[in-house]
Amino acid sequence: MKVALFVTCLVDLMRPEIAEATVRLLESAGCTVEVPMSQTCCGQPGFNSGDTATARALARKFLEEFEGFDHVVMPSGSCGGMIRRHYPELLTDDPDLRRRADALVARTWELTTFLHEVLKVSALPGTYQGAVTYHDCCSGLRELGVQTQPRALMALNPQIQLTEMKDARACCGFGGAFAVKYDEISAAIADEKIERIHATGAPCVVMGDLGCMLHLEGRLRRTGDAVTRVLHVAQVLAPEPSERS
Amino acid sequence: MQVQSMHFKARVGQKLADVRLQQNLKILSQRWTVGRANAITELDDFEATRDEAVSRRNRALQQLDVWLEQFEQAATARGTKVLWAETPQDAARLVVEIARRHGVQKVTKSKSMVSEEMALNRHLEAAGVKVVETDLGEYILQINDNEPPSHIVAPVVHKSKDEVSDLFARVHQRPRLTDIPQMTREAREFLRPHFLSADMGVSGGNFIIAETGSVAVFTNEGNEGLCTVLPPKVHVAVTGIEKVLPTLEDLATVARLLPRSATGQSISNYFSLLTGPRAPGEQDGPEHAYVVLVDGGRSGLLGGDFQDMLRCIRCGACMNHCPVYQKVGGHAYGWVYPGPMGSVLTPAYTGLDQALDLPQAATMCGECHVVCPMKIPLPDLLRKLRERQMDRGLRPWPERMALRAWGWSARHPEVYKPLVRLGSRVLRWLGGSSHRIGANRWLRGWTQTRDLRVPKGPTFKERWANRSR
Repeated sequence: MKVALFVTCLVDLMRPEIAEATVRLLESAGCTVEVPMSQTCCGQPGFNSGDTATARALARKFLEEFEGFDHVVMPSGSCGGMIRRHYPELLTDDPDLRRRADALVARTWELTTFLHEVLKVSALPGTYQGAVTYHDCCSGLRELGVQTQPRALMALNPQIQLTEMKDARACCGFGGAFAVKYDEISAAIADEKIERIHATGAPCVVMGDLGCMLHLEGRLRRTGDAVTRVLHVAQVLAPEPSERS
Repeated sequence: MQVQSMHFKARVGQKLADVRLQQNLKILSQRWTVGRANAITELDDFEATRDEAVSRRNRALQQLDVWLEQFEQAATARGTKVLWAETPQDAARLVVEIARRHGVQKVTKSKSMVSEEMALNRHLEAAGVKVVETDLGEYILQINDNEPPSHIVAPVVHKSKDEVSDLFARVHQRPRLTDIPQMTREAREFLRPHFLSADMGVSGGNFIIAETGSVAVFTNEGNEGLCTVLPPKVHVAVTGIEKVLPTLEDLATVARLLPRSATGQSISNYFSLLTGPRAPGEQDGPEHAYVVLVDGGRSGLLGGDFQDMLRCIRCGACMNHCPVYQKVGGHAYGWVYPGPMGSVLTPAYTGLDQALDLPQAATMCGECHVVCPMKIPLPDLLRKLRERQMDRGLRPWPERMALRAWGWSARHPEVYKPLVRLGSRVLRWLGGSSHRIGANRWLRGWTQTRDLRVPKGPTFKERWANRSR
């Protein structure tokens, strides 16, 4: 199966290792991964800031770049939500674009949903060991229904012990530009999430979106926690890198 | 009520630093989110009930003029005088005129957010009429120097019991009580004489019913009954024009959702369906009944991008579940309605430029949409407000420039690629050997409250290009 990876702009720049883990996961599940090199951003920053014209232009760009693939997969629920939920509405005025968007959206997946529901993987070669707690990132959870998928995948590895935190589905306070525009509120919301992460005793919190990861990790470190790891679900599920990559 | 929403950002720091407020908000958010979650399981099919209620509210709004006229006819036939007010100020003037006409000296008032839009107490008092708030929460606020409510259902939720104990002891000049039933009894002792001596009662109206001309009021304290039915010779209900429901059956559907979504109750302690003044042979009811219907910006939402907002039944679930409200409380929002619904209504009713922060001060987590019994797409509406701010040039220029530059480069991969590579290098340079950026004045918005761990190597696409080679 030929799968296109939508890296997401944030992963590409800030945590390339998440995209590498995603590639290893997909390849281990038998996919051939391609990375269209002209890809940039899904347009969410513009869309959420009120720049709808840019968001629409980037939706068209995405459409042109990814239409040719069987499936498009990305390690992000928030970019996934942008594409699956908002692209069709952004392109609705042009019937042709709308039809193409609908067709592509039906083949565009957040990573864990693709592994669990499309590939229906029943084994993963991941070697992660230890206790983790899982934070449900908002857009993936509420726009795409990502909730059971990552948990089911983690359960495939008996070395991972998942301890649920209280209110795992509560927002961490990131919110894109909100994190910068209202940083004090954002940090206060994070502190409550951090309290709940700590209460589980798990040395590692796992989630599916890099924005929330950068925010929570940054706040953990600033408030004196140098040890709690913040990992993307792809990093926890993926096999160790081989010699080649 | 004066709009103070432009001070949102300035107020936030103060609210976050208020230890007592933070404790009170924590208790509220826990109690009400859990309460609602439990209460909705009582319904056999919560989702279907919601869908039904949404379609009934939509039906009412699609022909709002028709149902309002029908309400006016039915209410008039039952002896109620229906008055129309284009603005909250007009509505306040109408109520003052009613008070004057009937020689009213004292008004008892049951909770009404529309009366807050009208600043009704201020207008009545300016006309020499004494106003007594009789909802316990509103009473507490009134005796605390007319403090504004911070929540649409629990107006005094920002206060702890201790603060109320101190306030009662000071204002009532009685020994300080700490037992809630005793405190409530004391408030009741102070309120009873007012109920018995008031000439006019003012209430809100959760809904008005077109087929019967009735006003439906949900309360938990029964004070509304004492304001409307018991002694006053005049009752005035003030409410928004969007609150009309065509039939009692519509009311029954919506009533299954309102208390459950609001306070996690299956049903509110009291419920009144007020239909006209006391008729000959009836034992209770006012001699004169009025309904003042306020537009106040509502009709401007009809047929536009924000019509969905008019379905709102004022349950407060959106604010109870909002991570931002849970941290800053209702006063930070600066007008009558706080939380996500307020962040839509304040700019919609008072002007986009009056409340620039409110549509932005949301994480877009979507929980408000999930819990809204009327399925109002609040995040989508906030986003539309952001779009209007952008279109009207109301955002600060550095933000607009940055967005424009980002948007342009993202559309041009040949420019974007080297920029991202450069960005990666700059970040790694700034991160130094610790791979971490601490407080940095150029990245102030991010680094004032948190660190930034920088990437350890080149971008993924650079690595991928090497691998493919």
